[in-house]
Amino acid sequence: MDDRVILRVGAKILIPFILVFALYVQFHGDYGPGGGFQAGVIFAAGFVLYALIYGLENVKKVLPPQAVYICSALGVLLYAGVGYVTMALGGNFLDYGVLAHDPEHGQHYGILLVELGVLITVFGVMVAVFYAFAGRRRADT
Amino acid sequence: MTDHLPVLLVVVPLVAAPIAALLNHPRLSWAVAVAATLWTLYAGLELLSQTMASGVIHYELGGWAAPYGIEYVVDPLNAWVVVIVTLIGALIAPYARVSVEREITEDRIPLFYAAFILCLTGLLGIAVTGDVFNVFVFLEISSLSAYALIALGSDRRALTASFQYLIMGSVGATFIVIGIGLMYVMTGTLNMADLADRLPEVASSRTIPVAFTFLTVGITLKLALFPLHLWLPNAYTYAPSAVTAFIASTATKVAVYLLLRFFFTIFGATFSFDVMQLDRILMPLALIAIVAMSLVAIYQENVKRLLAYSSVAQIGYMVLGISFASVLGLTAGILHLFNHALMKGALFMSMGCVMYRVGSVRLERMNGLGRAMPWTMAAFVVGGLSLIGVPLTVGFVSKWYLVQAALEQGMWPVAGVVLLGSLLALMYVWKVVEVAYFREADPELGISEAPLSLLAPTWLLVLGNLYFGINASDSVGVATRAAEMLLGVLS
Repeated sequence: MDDRVILRVGAKILIPFILVFALYVQFHGDYGPGGGFQAGVIFAAGFVLYALIYGLENVKKVLPPQAVYICSALGVLLYAGVGYVTMALGGNFLDYGVLAHDPEHGQHYGILLVELGVLITVFGVMVAVFYAFAGRRRADT
Repeated sequence: MTDHLPVLLVVVPLVAAPIAALLNHPRLSWAVAVAATLWTLYAGLELLSQTMASGVIHYELGGWAAPYGIEYVVDPLNAWVVVIVTLIGALIAPYARVSVEREITEDRIPLFYAAFILCLTGLLGIAVTGDVFNVFVFLEISSLSAYALIALGSDRRALTASFQYLIMGSVGATFIVIGIGLMYVMTGTLNMADLADRLPEVASSRTIPVAFTFLTVGITLKLALFPLHLWLPNAYTYAPSAVTAFIASTATKVAVYLLLRFFFTIFGATFSFDVMQLDRILMPLALIAIVAMSLVAIYQENVKRLLAYSSVAQIGYMVLGISFASVLGLTAGILHLFNHALMKGALFMSMGCVMYRVGSVRLERMNGLGRAMPWTMAAFVVGGLSLIGVPLTVGFVSKWYLVQAALEQGMWPVAGVVLLGSLLALMYVWKVVEVAYFREADPELGISEAPLSLLAPTWLLVLGNLYFGINASDSVGVATRAAEMLLGVLS
């Protein structure tokens, strides 16, 4: 890939914007279209692009498979953890209203946290799927 | 905390699954699985006793009132299904440790437990939710984890079996979601109780019968009703032993529950059976399943495959009970959900013991096993007797109610087919018994009895077969309550 300057430079310019756009989709999700799933896919797409241009070995230095594995489990824990906190505060499961003094703020924080959990898991699973396919050798059956 | 039981039943295993994956250690992940299944068993039993004592339990997720929010609804029927699933789960989890160490490579064991707990989560979610779209979501959770579990089988054919199940299961799930979508278009609601209220107004349109048809085909694919059972024999044969025992005793039962829920609670017995005349299609298919699949089972050389075909036949009994659309018939069907879980669980778990010691469950490898592994094969014999329907076992109780339900409607030939099914079951069970007890073992193999950690859960289920066969009043009581509730008959 060393001779493909346009690809290398183009990807370098694009990747930060892709990652920031993912965060925008995530944190603006309760006002506009978007949310954790879409954000997670876009965030993962940034890493997939990096892998396509700079190679699987390089992206694995940035994001080791072990971290991906942990991400996919961690998001679910965050999601359900918010539910447990709302129960501990006296509400029903995922009743975000109890998370802050003003129920409206509570709903806001609650959905953001839950969607963050979705983002982390979706990101983890997407990259894990990519690693699994990209890392498959022909003889490895 | 008891107020939150319906949701805790589902979200405790939901959290346990990622924890089991994060611990990433065979023993620790196993311990998490055991703890999670024991918790669900406790919650399931508690929910059943609460709903039997004080009626239907509602739980609003996120505090949003139904029909706008998702609610969990627990009544005698789904509490019963929850108890079946959690009971089997709580017995399989301790059983799995030794069995899985033998059959699955060590680095995959933590993920095995994560998938196992997720599958349990999905099945429990389907059972307790009162929202049809939530049903679909949990159906996907349980199915996707089940595909992964089956693919972990040590035989490479497990991969194709899993893929076949993936394709068929996805077709089923798609049909279900199409049916749900059509109902949503016509009524604007996804809540089960609300749907039941609003469907009669639009039932005369073309859309609702189409939705009904999609749901029927989708669910019968999931529950492996003949002739949509083709995914089942391979999946059960090549999955790891613990997975076969778990899925055979729970996944199809939950699908039968969905059938009951959609036909009776949502569409109503009048629409399903008088307008759509569902009994005319379900009853013949159930009868064919009983006879044809029992016949196919007789010719199998692999005992797990033999039991898999027998499962398709047994599903025929459950659907037959449902197709009577009477209190007695439904009681028989709902009772058989539990009873079949007990017998098939015990049978597949005894085959797991054989797999552990012999490394195969093919008949030619089982010569003289009755002497080498007396407890394992005794468990198989009792489970087999239960499958046949010998008095003092649960199988007898199911068949007794089924025959009564047939006679109540004057259907003598149907009662005859049920008895013929028992005769055929005798033939395929005998085939295994003959090999295990009446043939000489090869003394050089030196096969010994399975370890206690495999035998104890197996025998607990075997004793369950005997206990609920002798004292059936509890199980019949719950099944009758559920049947009366589904048909709207006040006791």
